[in-house]
Amino acid sequence: MDKSRRRLFSGAATGLGALLWATAGAATRPTGKKERVIKVQAKKFVYTPNRIVLKQGESVVLEFTALDFMHGFKIPDWNIRADLMPGQVTRVSLKPDNAGEFDFLCDNFCGTGHEEMSGKIIVTA
Amino acid sequence: MIDRRSFLRLSALGGGAVFMSGLYGKALGATGDQAGMNASTEDFYFVQMSDSHWGYSGDANPEAANTLKKAVAAVNALEVPPDFIVFTGDLTHTTDDPKERRKRMSEFRDIVGELKVKPLHFMPGEHDASLDNGTAFKEFFGQTHYTFDHKGVHFIVLDNVSDPGARIGDAQLDWLKTDLSMQPADARIVVFTHRPLFDLAPKWDWATRDGDKAMALLLPHANVTVFYGHIHQEHHHQTEHIKHHAAKSLIFPLPAPGSQDKRTPLVWDAAAPYKGLGFREVETELKTAEYEISEFPVIKS
Repeated sequence: MDKSRRRLFSGAATGLGALLWATAGAATRPTGKKERVIKVQAKKFVYTPNRIVLKQGESVVLEFTALDFMHGFKIPDWNIRADLMPGQVTRVSLKPDNAGEFDFLCDNFCGTGHEEMSGKIIVTA
Repeated sequence: MIDRRSFLRLSALGGGAVFMSGLYGKALGATGDQAGMNASTEDFYFVQMSDSHWGYSGDANPEAANTLKKAVAAVNALEVPPDFIVFTGDLTHTTDDPKERRKRMSEFRDIVGELKVKPLHFMPGEHDASLDNGTAFKEFFGQTHYTFDHKGVHFIVLDNVSDPGARIGDAQLDWLKTDLSMQPADARIVVFTHRPLFDLAPKWDWATRDGDKAMALLLPHANVTVFYGHIHQEHHHQTEHIKHHAAKSLIFPLPAPGSQDKRTPLVWDAAAPYKGLGFREVETELKTAEYEISEFPVIKS
C-alpha cells in the first residue's frame, strides 16, 4: 500500500533493516557519506544489473536511470519503493541488516513484459 | 419445474464447483432487523468473466483466438440466464500501439456482443488502461468507475488500473466515500475491481497501492463482498468481515500467489485444453447477504 511512499519521502524506512533516500536530479546525496554507488539502468523490461550483491551492514546507493518509461522500483520485503523518472537520476540508499535474498520489481505497469521486470538483491553475511 | 438453486447444485455436480461466500446471518444479526430488507427484492445471479486478454499470442494458450468465443458460447448455453454479466478487467492484452489497442478492443466488443444476456458491465485491467490512463477503454466501454443498483444490491465498480502505479487515487476515493455515505449501514454492497484491494502477493505486484484506503472506507459497512480478477485463478480471502473472491482467467492460469519466483503462466496442457480457465456464476441470497459461487469451465470435459 502507500505506506512505502510515505516512507520514501521521510527517509524512515528503517523498520526492516534498510535505509532509503530517493532524490531525483540532485548531484549528490545530502549526507555526504562515502558509500558504494551501484548504477542501475531500467528499461523495458529489464533492470541492468538485475542481481545486486551487498554485504550485510554495508551502506550503498543505487543510482537508477530510467530510459523509456517511469518504471517503478519496489522491494516488498523492506517496504521500499521509488518512481524512476526518465531523464533524472533516482538514488535509493540501502543498509541491509539481514542476510538473504530479496526480490525487487517494477510496480508501474510498463507494457507487455512488465511481469518479467524484476530482480534480486542478495545480502551476504 | 426445477428452481434456480436446485438446478445450480445439480449442474455443479457435473463439472462446476460451488463455493459459499457471505456472512451467514451475521448481517441481519448486526442490524437486528430482518424487516430492513426490502420485501420486493428477489434473489438473482450474475456471471463474472475475467482476464480474457484478447490479442494475446503465445505458448500459454495456443487456442487464444478461440477461448473467449467458447466462453461466450458456454454462457449463452446456460440453462437459466443470468441477470447480467460483468467483466472484471484485462479484456485485451496490452500493446504499445494505440491503433492495435483499439483494434483489440473493437474485436473484443464484437465477440462479447454475441452474449445473449444484457446488460454487460465492463471495467479495465492494467493491460487495457495503464498505458494510456484508460483513454481507449473509455472510447469503447465508457467510464472506468461507476455504480449501479440491481434488485436490492448496490454494485460499485472501482478502477485501480488506469494509474500505471495501481492507485485508485484520491479523487476516486472521495467519490467512493460520498457514494458509501448515501448507503444505509446494512446495505448489500458488492465491489467489482481488477486488482486485489489487499496485499495478496506484493512481490508479483498483486496489490493495489492505496487499497488500504478503499478498505478503510468499506469496512464500516456490514455487508460488503469484493469480486476481482488479475490473478488468473480462483482465490478467496477475508479482511475482517469483507470477503474477496478472485476469478479464473479466460486466457491462461497463473501459479498460486507467491508460490514461485516468477509469475509465469502455467504450461498449456494439450491433453486437457482450457484447463484452469473458466467463468463463474454468483447467486445472491439477499436475506443473509450470502453469495453462492459456482465455477464453470470454458468447455465441458
